[in-house]
Amino acid sequence: MNDYIITVENLVKKFGQLVAVNNISFGVAPGEIFGFLGPNGAGKTTTINVLCTLSKPTSGRAIVNGYDVVRQQSQVRQSIGLVFQDPSLDDRLSGLQNLRFHALVYHVPASVREQRIEQMLRMTELWDKRHGTVRTYSGGMKRRLELARGLLHYPKVLFLDEPTLGLDPQTRNRIWEYILELRQREGTTVFLTTHYMDEAEKADRIAVIDHGKLVAMDTPERLKKIVGKDIISVKTDDDKKAVEEIRLRYQIEARRDSNGLTFEVASGEEFLPTFIREFSTKILSVSLRSPSLDDVFLKLTGREIREETGDAFKAMFRRRGHRMRR
Amino acid sequence: MSNLRGVYTIWYRDILRFWRDRIRLIGAVFLPLLFLFVFGSGLSSRMALFGSGVNFTQFMFPGIIGMTVLMSSFMAGVSVVWDREFGFLKEVLVAPISRASVAGGKTLGAATVALIQGAVILLFAPLIGISLSPQTVLVLLPLMFLLAAAMGSFGVLLATRIRTIEAFQAVMQMLTFPMIFLSGVFFSLQEVPAWMSVLTKINPATYGIATIRQVVLEAPPDSPFGINLLGHTMSLWDNVGLLAVFGTTMTLLAMRSFGSQD
Repeated sequence: MNDYIITVENLVKKFGQLVAVNNISFGVAPGEIFGFLGPNGAGKTTTINVLCTLSKPTSGRAIVNGYDVVRQQSQVRQSIGLVFQDPSLDDRLSGLQNLRFHALVYHVPASVREQRIEQMLRMTELWDKRHGTVRTYSGGMKRRLELARGLLHYPKVLFLDEPTLGLDPQTRNRIWEYILELRQREGTTVFLTTHYMDEAEKADRIAVIDHGKLVAMDTPERLKKIVGKDIISVKTDDDKKAVEEIRLRYQIEARRDSNGLTFEVASGEEFLPTFIREFSTKILSVSLRSPSLDDVFLKLTGREIREETGDAFKAMFRRRGHRMRR
Repeated sequence: MSNLRGVYTIWYRDILRFWRDRIRLIGAVFLPLLFLFVFGSGLSSRMALFGSGVNFTQFMFPGIIGMTVLMSSFMAGVSVVWDREFGFLKEVLVAPISRASVAGGKTLGAATVALIQGAVILLFAPLIGISLSPQTVLVLLPLMFLLAAAMGSFGVLLATRIRTIEAFQAVMQMLTFPMIFLSGVFFSLQEVPAWMSVLTKINPATYGIATIRQVVLEAPPDSPFGINLLGHTMSLWDNVGLLAVFGTTMTLLAMRSFGSQD
């Protein structure tokens, strides 16, 4: 237990009657990339807020880098870096000034301050734009600046709350290169929440939280074994009849959605040829795939994580609209 | 030591923002100057000369300095609400500096910017026939800073409790204008009705304006420019002490309020 860099024990956080986090316990090993997944409102951000001292737990305790998040706030804050879900830059100042401010409040020694700022700005490819007002930066540049800032004081633990939300694929890949490079070089522990399953795949371990409780915690590979079987998606000209036929013929309960039917079978490659030959309802298309983290998520929470992404995008646009008013 | 660095960093950011946005200075001094020259020119002929040959514009001038400083520093609390709305406050709240030093830095930042704006108004003294000796200016600047810090901490205190910019501005306007009108900026407080006299004496700004006026016009505390509180003629030090107590109380409350933010 003592080897963990983050230890959470019986953590509870209530907001009035609402129990946002309901008695969760887990540990994160040093140098680990720890993915923290769950539907919106499941308690992810609340947990992060407790871990980074922004909010006090109702009960239970949390230790980060050996310091208690309630009693040793200052030491915890010095140990962590954060990239928030919402932008938290001063957009009236330049990128350089934002980093200088951060270096000052995090006591980065004056002797290495400028050199380290340059290193971070070069790494995130913002060095040429360092004198530009942050307001004029693109969404991707702002995110990269936040990342540069989060890393500036060499934190032991980096919290990334939806670090690549709303960014284009190239920028997302870039950001991931930095994160992996940093872990390689500094052994930084990364605590990550994301809606992108391809990002979650990069985690060493994943915890899934739903309704304030942990419902699973394991490596991505072992989580996928929960689903275990291969997934077959079929489109037919009469889905209702097809569900019936699948039930009678194979004793499998297929799920219906707007894209047709999906069901799971033990060995898809062998199942498909006979299925296509025998099936009497007319098949329009059929596909086979191995389980993904999306399927794991769906199985565990009954919700698809992609549904959430749409909301998140809408939230982004709302924020944009909001900013325009300035 | 660590707290001092926190205060300095927060102060430094406010000054940096002000400097990057210098054009704001013109806006901040425009309204006070408009009051001074339009009211001054329009009303001077109808207003009797005050004792020792001070005309209405000259009477108003120290009040306008006080008003500039007060409005600027009191309103500066809005930056806390801005920062909350646009996310930057989070960066500040998770930083390893105490919340009290954030409140302190915000107050000092507000006071410094207000002092600069007030100093710009001071430059107009010769235009209305007031000559300020270097010694007078040296006494005046700390007094202006005191008024600014007292009002700045009051503004920061309110800002820690108000969540939206719209609400903050509404509350600020509801407080700023009564505070200015009831502080003797535009008229002498000697001949006001009793109910109004009570309000002017509750108003902390009154003591700042009176002090600045006595220094600028070189008038003694028992002149018409002085204040009589419960039968006691307030000396310059009385006023300073009262403002300091008010400012310190507000600063402590603001620090406490900042500390309990989630």
